[in-house]
Amino acid sequence: MLGLDFSFYNWDLITSYVLKGLYFSIFLTVVATAGGIFFGTLLALMRLSGKKWLDIPAAFYVNGMRSAPLVMVILGFFLLVPFVIGRPIGAELSAIITFIAFEAAYFSEIMRAGIQSIPRGQVHAGQAVGMTYGQNMKLVILPQAFRNMLPVLMTQTIILFQDTSLVYAIGAYDLLKGFETAGKNFGRPEEAYLLAAVVYFVICYALSYMVKRLHKKIAIIR
Amino acid sequence: MANWDWQVFCKDTIDGEVLANCWGSGGKDISYLHWMIEAWGWTVAVSLVGLVIALVVGSLVGVMRTLPNSPWLVRLGNAWVELFRNIPLLVQVFLWYFVLPKMIPAMKGFPPFVLVVCALGFFTSARIAEQVRSGIQALPRGQRYAASAVGFTTFQSYRYVILPMAYRIIFPPLISESMNIFKNSAVAFAVSIPVLAQFYLQAGEETGAQVEMFVGVTALYIISALTVNRIMTAIEKRLRIPGFVAAGGTGGH
Repeated sequence: MLGLDFSFYNWDLITSYVLKGLYFSIFLTVVATAGGIFFGTLLALMRLSGKKWLDIPAAFYVNGMRSAPLVMVILGFFLLVPFVIGRPIGAELSAIITFIAFEAAYFSEIMRAGIQSIPRGQVHAGQAVGMTYGQNMKLVILPQAFRNMLPVLMTQTIILFQDTSLVYAIGAYDLLKGFETAGKNFGRPEEAYLLAAVVYFVICYALSYMVKRLHKKIAIIR
Repeated sequence: MANWDWQVFCKDTIDGEVLANCWGSGGKDISYLHWMIEAWGWTVAVSLVGLVIALVVGSLVGVMRTLPNSPWLVRLGNAWVELFRNIPLLVQVFLWYFVLPKMIPAMKGFPPFVLVVCALGFFTSARIAEQVRSGIQALPRGQRYAASAVGFTTFQSYRYVILPMAYRIIFPPLISESMNIFKNSAVAFAVSIPVLAQFYLQAGEETGAQVEMFVGVTALYIISALTVNRIMTAIEKRLRIPGFVAAGGTGGH
């Protein structure tokens, strides 16, 4: 078919090339989502604190990250770290740190929108029953905000999973790299890229289908 | 931290000597600043052509997905969006650059620029199609009925009633998509299109001035994104219907 030949793909090749990359892609996605949500929440709270000395640095960080291309941030961090600390860190560790720092900016915007979607009356009600800021956030605002933004958070995670392919730039071994290496070693790069596309598509399509279902469920409850 | 040396931008790209005019006389005799501005030109060219493709294709597909009484066109449009939205951009660039020319002999002679612009444009078209669809569906049904009531054909009701309103609704997300395409164009470095990211890799390695090159390139990316934002916001203000406020979108890269 169209000069393509997939016969070289077998289970052996998948276990020796592809799975290692898939594990790293998933690991990076999970770590960056968790770290991004944690630091993103902090950034969002800083921006909503109403205190200028917290708001301005957070806004600067978030807007800076959001206006730079992810590829440049990945490359820049990987190449600049040796200048600052005097020795290189591995591509994998560099990718993890970059993704957490980068995604925190995006997650913080989602969090901010989610927190702002809670009516002011809820905040006042919390204060009226004598809750501190921390209690109010933890018991009243954040649980509701999380529920409102769950679909958006999950969509962002799917985008994040796709973006992990960009660690290609610094040579980290992810799903795409796994297929590419296999393709090069067997002299079948085109077929390898096609299969990579199919695998990414199946994973992302399945995830976005789940998000759609979840969205409907939440929409009924609210 | 290494000492900062901004003079590196005035250095000749071949022998490393500092050029007096910081620019070079053209041909092979150019400075890193000159090279960087050329790379910026490539970034702008890839992004703008990609944006035009994305707007045209995205609008067509988006409209297709809302057509009444044509379930197959709707399905085709939905499939288009799912296909281009669920494969990472970098993989799509590789597909256009390496795979399609091998599968389709007629594409063998295509220059890399065209292939990358197609990849970027089609990737973004799926996202714009999604915006166009949601913009059209956000309109009250009455508008469509009103158009048919005065005897408009489907084409006329889209041309005169639905699209003029829908585009105004989706203008804010379109602004962020236009900024995204500038950022996403950096991916073209993977297939050696001399965009800014590619310049950063090469010039940083040649000169060892990683920090300076990073600052220069990132500044140009930010300037590009902000300029697009200003221009698009100005257009939006001119088009705005008084008393009609549209909501913005979040998420995405």
